Order: sequence, then C-alpha cells, then structure tokens
Amino acid sequence: MEAKRVSAPLSREAAARLRCGDAVLLSGTVYTARDAAHRRFLDCLRRGEPLPFPVENAVLFYVGPSPAPPGHVVGSAGPTTSYRMDAETPALLRLGLRGMIGKGRRSPEVIAAMREAGAVYFGAIGGAGALLSACVRSAELICYPDLGAEAVRRLEVENMPLTVVIDAAGNDLYELGRSAYLAQRAEANGN
Amino acid sequence: MRELDAGRITEAVARLCVAANLRLPADVTAAVEAARRAEDWPVACDVLDRILENDQLDKGLPICQDTGLACVFLEIGQEVHIRGDLRDAVDAGVRRGYREGYLRKSAVRDPLLDRVNTGDNTPAMLYTELVPGDRVKLTVAPKGFGSENMSRIAMLRPSDGVAGVKRFVLETAEAAGPNPCPPMVLGVGLGGTFDKCALLAKRALLRPLDSHHPDPRYAALEAELLEAVNALGIGPQGFGGRATALAVLIETMPTHIAGLPCAVNVNCHVARHQTEVL
Repeated sequence: MEAKRVSAPLSREAAARLRCGDAVLLSGTVYTARDAAHRRFLDCLRRGEPLPFPVENAVLFYVGPSPAPPGHVVGSAGPTTSYRMDAETPALLRLGLRGMIGKGRRSPEVIAAMREAGAVYFGAIGGAGALLSACVRSAELICYPDLGAEAVRRLEVENMPLTVVIDAAGNDLYELGRSAYLAQRAEANGN
Repeated sequence: MRELDAGRITEAVARLCVAANLRLPADVTAAVEAARRAEDWPVACDVLDRILENDQLDKGLPICQDTGLACVFLEIGQEVHIRGDLRDAVDAGVRRGYREGYLRKSAVRDPLLDRVNTGDNTPAMLYTELVPGDRVKLTVAPKGFGSENMSRIAMLRPSDGVAGVKRFVLETAEAAGPNPCPPMVLGVGLGGTFDKCALLAKRALLRPLDSHHPDPRYAALEAELLEAVNALGIGPQGFGGRATALAVLIETMPTHIAGLPCAVNVNCHVARHQTEVL
C-alpha cells in the first residue's frame, strides 16, 4: 500500500482524510508522554495551569526512549501500550489533541472522545524501537526531567512509518483488520 | 569447595544485560522468519518484515526501548563458595550493564505509593536455585511490561482438565490481543502452588522457541495450543493475520490433589535471554 504523507501538528481537516488501515509516513513535531507525564498533565488541568506543550493539533507519542548512545539523537523509541493513558486522554482530546501514537486497544470512552475531537490514533510497531529511532531527527527535553525516560520531549520526526489504527470516525483496525483476515481465511477454507 | 569471587558474577551479569537487549537468540529470529514464510495476509507480512529489519539493524541500540526489569536466573552449584554478597553483586552487574549499554531504567522503588524511578534499573528480579556441581549458570532475561501486564494465573479445578487449560490459555491470548506486541510467546505453567506455577510459566519463556516438552502428550498440547492461538486472527501487532504467537511453551510439576494451577506468562516477539556459565 502506498503510504500517505502526514505532517504534525495535525489539523482537523488532515486528520479527517485518514482512514483506518492507512499506511502513513509522519513528519514534523510530536511530544513524548506516557504514564507519569499524563498524571502530571491532569494535575496541571485541575490546578487551572496550562499544559507544558501546545495541545491544539498536537500529536502525542506514547514512548519512553532508551538513553541516546554517543552519535545518536535518541535511543530505541518504540511505542508503549496505550490503554494505560486512556483515563487521562479524553480531557486532552477536548483541548484539541489531534493524534496519538502507541500500540494496543483504546477504551470506548477514548474512541467516543476521538470522534468528537476529530482525532486519530496511530499504531507504531511495538518492539521495533531501533527502527523507529532512525526516524527521529532531534529530541529536546521540555519538562519533568525527574521522570527520566518518562520525561516529556519534543521530537522532530521524519517519515515515521505508522498505521492508522482508529480513524476520526471511530473505525478500529483491531476489529476490522482481524475480521477481514478471518473472513478471507474462512473463504479460502471453503466454509 | 570451588571459590568464586562475586565480582565475576557482577561482570557476567553486566555483559549479559547488554547482550540480551542488543541481540535476539537465533531461535527467536528463526521463529519470526518462519512466521513470515507462513503468513499470507499483506498487512501482517509488512509488519513481520519491519520486525525482522529492526532485529537485524545492529546499530548499537536495544531492539526494544523497554529494556525491561532485569530477570536474573542463577543456578548455583552446591560445590561453589561465592566470596562476597551475591545480591549486591547481581545488582552491581545490572547497574553497570544498564548504564554502559545505554539501556532504559524502568524500575520504580515502590509499586503503589511512591513510584520513584530507582535510576539504575535495580533491583534485579533474582531467582536462585541450588544444583549439583561446581559451576554457576547465569541467565539474564530482560522482561518488558507491555507483555508482562497481559499475564494471568488461574487456580483451575482438577475436573477442568485439558479443556479448561486450553480455554484459559486462549482467553488469555484473546484478552491480550494487540497489547503485548504480537506475535507473542506464551509460557504456560501447570501444577505446583500459586507461586511455583507462575515461576514455571516464567521459566518456560527461557526455553528455545523450537523446543518441546519432554512428555510427548504435553508437546502435542503445545502444538495444538499454538495452532489454536494462531487461528484467533489477531495477527502481528493485532492488525489481523496468522502470526499471533511464535510459540506456546509448557512447563509442568506435581501439584495438590485438589488443584490445577495454570499460569500464562505472556512475552512479546522480542523474546530476550542470554546465558553464561562460570
């Protein structure tokens, strides 16, 4: 499949053009955030403080990279499992978060909030951190240095290979891809 | 009594932490390649190609950024006397390996109340066993938590039998779905007590993926379960396809007349472990 080129930050209009199952090459600015950073984002919102990154049209990458060896911008940088961020995600979507990069299922609440926000969930290949690292052009720590690998970083990425797992209409590749495969297999077996 | 300086254990653990995170055992690569050959669903083929590309990059980076908790298995010969503090020696090895290998530090000091990163990936998850002889066998198996979180244990009834075990293993794979980075490896423990059963499942993950349980009945069950898991259609990364699992490995031990403990320890396709004998 020919990959669609997508840039981040991601507009609502560009997000709406993406379909579940699309292969994507993402370039631009993404922010890293995982478990502990999400809890701090919500603490910020409860206190009425601004988030430490521009959330409107932003794409978050659920990743805690390994340390960068000499000569590398970043270490291995594959996705972590997304469901752990489900509780905090609808609040971010309501503020204009437009994309998330991770792996694994999302909750019905997240998918409903994505549809309202016109947001997209991308899957990166879990366990392919060395490959994904090569797409990162620069990495800058922007807050929560005490969190180590979980600190929030601004990454400039180029042609990061992703798959649209859940599109802005709420179609979910984990359901549709699997059922399409099983239907094809049943047909091949003459059932 | 053979004397062994604890410093040599530190050095070996450090080496093994780095080696395990940077290269996969040959049997794991062979299993991914075999899964690719058996796959005919285009999206699944693409994913497996990328996984193979990642595993062969060799750029001095860990295969996966989740370089895990450091599970360290020691088989200590009864005829060896270790000079020095063993626990400290192992943790010193983890500390050095994770620092020098640019591996991610993923351990928090307290699980519930104060989740502060220990900063050096210690403590090791240390498993010691006394065995005959005068050697020390060390295995380091870094364990990522995307897959660990999908693991489950059930205290089945003896009457649940083979059907109950099959159901629980398939339910576990189904519930895991795309979350643990399929194609996954399933370590299944049967028997023992609650805790021993979980340990059997973890130890099963140390076996070569092309190995079989010595009892042909369990070997047949491993093959049958693998076939059943791969009929679920979850596929690589959960995008659909055949390769949901690379292997199902069963370990067994005696148990109580009233019990049939069944544990499933889920691993991802980055099924890491390296061994050295001192």
